[in-house]
Amino acid sequence: MLRFECPCCGPRDHDEFRYGGDASVRRPAHDDPDPEAWYAYVYIRKNPAGLHREFWQHVTGCRQWLVVERDTRNHVISSVAFARTSQA
Amino acid sequence: MAPYSAFSIFRNALSGQKNWQRAWRAAEPKPSYDVIVVGGGGHGLATAFYLAENHGVRNVAVLEKGYIGGGNVGRNTTVIRSNYLLDGNTQFYEFSMKLWEGMSRALNFNVMFSQRGQLVTAHSADQLDGFSHRANIMRLNGIDADILDRDDVRRLVPYLDFSDTARFPIHGAIFQGRAGTARHDAVAWGYARAADGHGVDIIQNCEVTDFIRDGNGIVGVETTKGRIGAGKVGLAVAGHTSTLGAKAGLELPIESHVLQAFVTEPLKPLVDHVVAYGADHFYVSQSDKGGLVFGGNLDGYNSYAQRGNLGVVREVAEAAIALMPCISRIRLLRHWGGVMDMTPDASPIICPTSIDGLYLNGGWCYGGFKATPASGWCFAHTIATGKPHPLVAAYGLDRFRTGRTLDEAGAGPSAWLQ
Repeated sequence: MLRFECPCCGPRDHDEFRYGGDASVRRPAHDDPDPEAWYAYVYIRKNPAGLHREFWQHVTGCRQWLVVERDTRNHVISSVAFARTSQA
Repeated sequence: MAPYSAFSIFRNALSGQKNWQRAWRAAEPKPSYDVIVVGGGGHGLATAFYLAENHGVRNVAVLEKGYIGGGNVGRNTTVIRSNYLLDGNTQFYEFSMKLWEGMSRALNFNVMFSQRGQLVTAHSADQLDGFSHRANIMRLNGIDADILDRDDVRRLVPYLDFSDTARFPIHGAIFQGRAGTARHDAVAWGYARAADGHGVDIIQNCEVTDFIRDGNGIVGVETTKGRIGAGKVGLAVAGHTSTLGAKAGLELPIESHVLQAFVTEPLKPLVDHVVAYGADHFYVSQSDKGGLVFGGNLDGYNSYAQRGNLGVVREVAEAAIALMPCISRIRLLRHWGGVMDMTPDASPIICPTSIDGLYLNGGWCYGGFKATPASGWCFAHTIATGKPHPLVAAYGLDRFRTGRTLDEAGAGPSAWLQ
């Protein structure tokens, strides 16, 4: 099992969390007319074999969205932070 | 290469089984090839075989970073079916089914293809209506499909939960009699042996580390066994398409996720078909050794680790017991994981790329094994002619840009929810 150090609730099993995908993807501005930017936002993923910044929501805990840095090869977690204060 | 036959078994028995030939040569790389297929899984080996068999392209190498049969071709739950809803998928998977039906003869290798039938249970009247829609589309395309009511299902698979306390009572099922299973290792070995028989070099323990570029073209690959030149390069490395694609400069709509599979201790014959649970994600068949082989959902977060999380073991076990209570006391023998290329619409990608001489085969999500022969057939055509085979015209990368996705599951663009 993965275990996340939730900045609000402390160490918790990953069962309590919901995955939210790649946190490095940037949403284009609401009025951006470029279809390429929206295509990249919706579909293109770096999908690294290594460090991955990703969203998780602590659904059965504090319900905060978090940004977790995890190695996709061995699941070692190097950082957990609130998504609202985390820099991309 | 001497063909396998009843006579060859008899002759080799007389000489103490000491004179069997190797199934394929242990080839070392030549300086260059007309075509290099990267990835010695089922799809890569099938591609090499059909390049030689259908297109006369015999100066071909298959480069495999590990050993033949060690990746997803040896990690799946061996289910073969062609019960797809959407144009593009329906015809492609039925073509694959027809190739399966002739595969043992075509390869001179017994792949133990067993058309034992597959059913998916329906748990509401609406779900059964949806299955009738699917069955009609299948029949209009010449594919066998039947709709079963509750009593039919009960006669066919009496060990499912038909009690009054079933969590999701069974209303009926969709059934495809020609669906079934095959021995997955035999598929890899059969294609490897047949491709080798046509002169294809199968090079194991040879990882591609980079591509050799010439302008906008690819003229070869760097490997752990040195530099190898190539007229064309085909990628068939599902699970790792993103990492290898990135080295060629491709940005892809793919995420890698782990899918687990399970096998129980061997039992007397119990499950005579492939059974899939329509109320959750669970599918089961019984192997020839007697173990129940089953699987469920993805682990649900990006992963390149070929091992799974215990949380999913519990979820799959819960689904199994909800459908099939008698499974609860059977001991689990093994469970393992494979890395899936998950696309945003759960459909695969077979196409030429924006780079000259580079062709892409990937994004197989859960469904790669059943597609093995058709994938190889169509990818070989795409590489040999430079144009997509008509059966994979819908599988181009550009479908995401143009909005022509094939979202069979209707799950939206999050790869891990497919």
